[in-house]
Amino acid sequence: MLEATGLTKTYGDTVAVRDLTFTAEAGRVTGFLGPNGAGKSTTMRLLLGLDAPTAGTAHIEGKPYRQLSDPLRTVGALLDATWRHPGRTARQHLRFLAATNGLPDKRADEVLELVGLASVAGKRAGTFSLGMLQRLGIATALLGDPRVLLFDEPVNGLDPEGVHWVRQLLHGLAAEGRTVFVSSHLLPEMEQTAQDLVVIGRGALIYQGTMADFVARAGSRGVRVRTPHTGALRKALAERHATFTEDGETFIVSDVDSEAIGELAFAAGATLHELSPVAGSLEHAYLELTGQAGEFVSGGAR
Amino acid sequence: MNLLRAERIKLFSTRAPWWCALIAVAAPIAFTALFLGLSGAEITADVSNTQLATSTGRTVAMVLAVLAATADFSWGTLRLTFQAVPTRAPVLLAKGAVVFATCALLGLIAGLGSWGMGHLVRPDTDLGLHSGADWRIVFGQVATFGLTGLLGVGVGLLLRSSALALSIVLVWTQLVEGLIILIPRIGTDLYQWMPFYAASQFAGGDFTRTALKLSPPFGPWGYLGYFAAISIALFAAGVLTANRRDA
Repeated sequence: MLEATGLTKTYGDTVAVRDLTFTAEAGRVTGFLGPNGAGKSTTMRLLLGLDAPTAGTAHIEGKPYRQLSDPLRTVGALLDATWRHPGRTARQHLRFLAATNGLPDKRADEVLELVGLASVAGKRAGTFSLGMLQRLGIATALLGDPRVLLFDEPVNGLDPEGVHWVRQLLHGLAAEGRTVFVSSHLLPEMEQTAQDLVVIGRGALIYQGTMADFVARAGSRGVRVRTPHTGALRKALAERHATFTEDGETFIVSDVDSEAIGELAFAAGATLHELSPVAGSLEHAYLELTGQAGEFVSGGAR
Repeated sequence: MNLLRAERIKLFSTRAPWWCALIAVAAPIAFTALFLGLSGAEITADVSNTQLATSTGRTVAMVLAVLAATADFSWGTLRLTFQAVPTRAPVLLAKGAVVFATCALLGLIAGLGSWGMGHLVRPDTDLGLHSGADWRIVFGQVATFGLTGLLGVGVGLLLRSSALALSIVLVWTQLVEGLIILIPRIGTDLYQWMPFYAASQFAGGDFTRTALKLSPPFGPWGYLGYFAAISIALFAAGVLTANRRDA
């Protein structure tokens, strides 16, 4: 369980994070979304006590991070996969961290096995690809077998197999009753991974709740209809005063549901090759809600 | 104990400290071999003259100490360490202790090794440690190297960047302290308050003391106290700053 209350961080005149209040529950994967520069990484650093908040508090399992004893046993975090000395081997990197919290040396080899890096445990981290560094970072987070896990962009640089592996891992960790808090800008990936969402823009909270509710907010995107008898369907839809767009044999009808369109087509004698509701996606919902909140909004049309 | 172990693993699991340690010890011993071996009878082989290049070794030990702090900053491993030990100060004190012990050991090997090398290349001369001063000149390296290690960690924690911190300490030790003498009137007086001049008054050989006919403000032990105060102050400043600053 992770709780932020009124979290605020200012650097001079710049407000990086403004009065942020949210929770991440145990046993669920909570996605943390926001445009570039929205304050995601700053928030993560505040949660972990690396930066001191200007105002507000962050509690992990009921305590401020700085009051946890041997915190690696409570919270594991991957903030930046490049945080390693390139001349140090993967095993030594994990061993020095394990030593700080009194974890046994063998724990380093266990987590390397878990992330699939056992064969390169003795290699210098400077020779690792970004994907391998992400795995090393995940191993670092898992070192103390913690109840709470924070990951900042864990799938950056991973190949499709690696992305799939991280998704399974996060689901598995949450299923074991752990709190999993993960940021990513890969929205389709997040849609498959997270059950809950915290969305921020310009340092302030935009949304906190379930993924399903968030996606539903964006509303239906209409119904896709495909028919070889375009003339008949067009006439029937026009008589019904339906709003639709047309592209070759495909129609997108935005204000009539699929049952009604099916009946309409049947009556008009138009054979249907496809009739499918276009579901709202996380991406649509996200762009709608954060459209005004981006720090660096592009000038052109989306 | 856990933190001392962690910092020990951290220090010795990369290459730079090993190279620094090797050079810190090899350079003064090799210099002694060449200096006493090649010089003729005009250089007396006494205990002090076996220790002339230990200050160079001490500077390399300081490079090791600076890197122990700045490499941790620049590669982000200090942030990971702070994540693991959010109270921070214990981990920084452990780093100071590990670097102090390492540099002290290097001082012992450099001092003893240079003295032993003197025996080897000038077997005919008497290099026995007859007085307390002789003992201090050789074994005092343990204290001056160790304190130099603390000073280096302090500077590294304050400045964070390897390039910046190394440039400053090297320019200071290799140029600034020596150039101070050239300032008209106050130069030589000021020179006697320079930290590394002070360290060399406690242990090691020193040409300038005899050449400039100075009347120093402290005796050797006073100078050790003065150097210790500067080193500990810089180390404490580094710890306090790193403790307070956003990581």
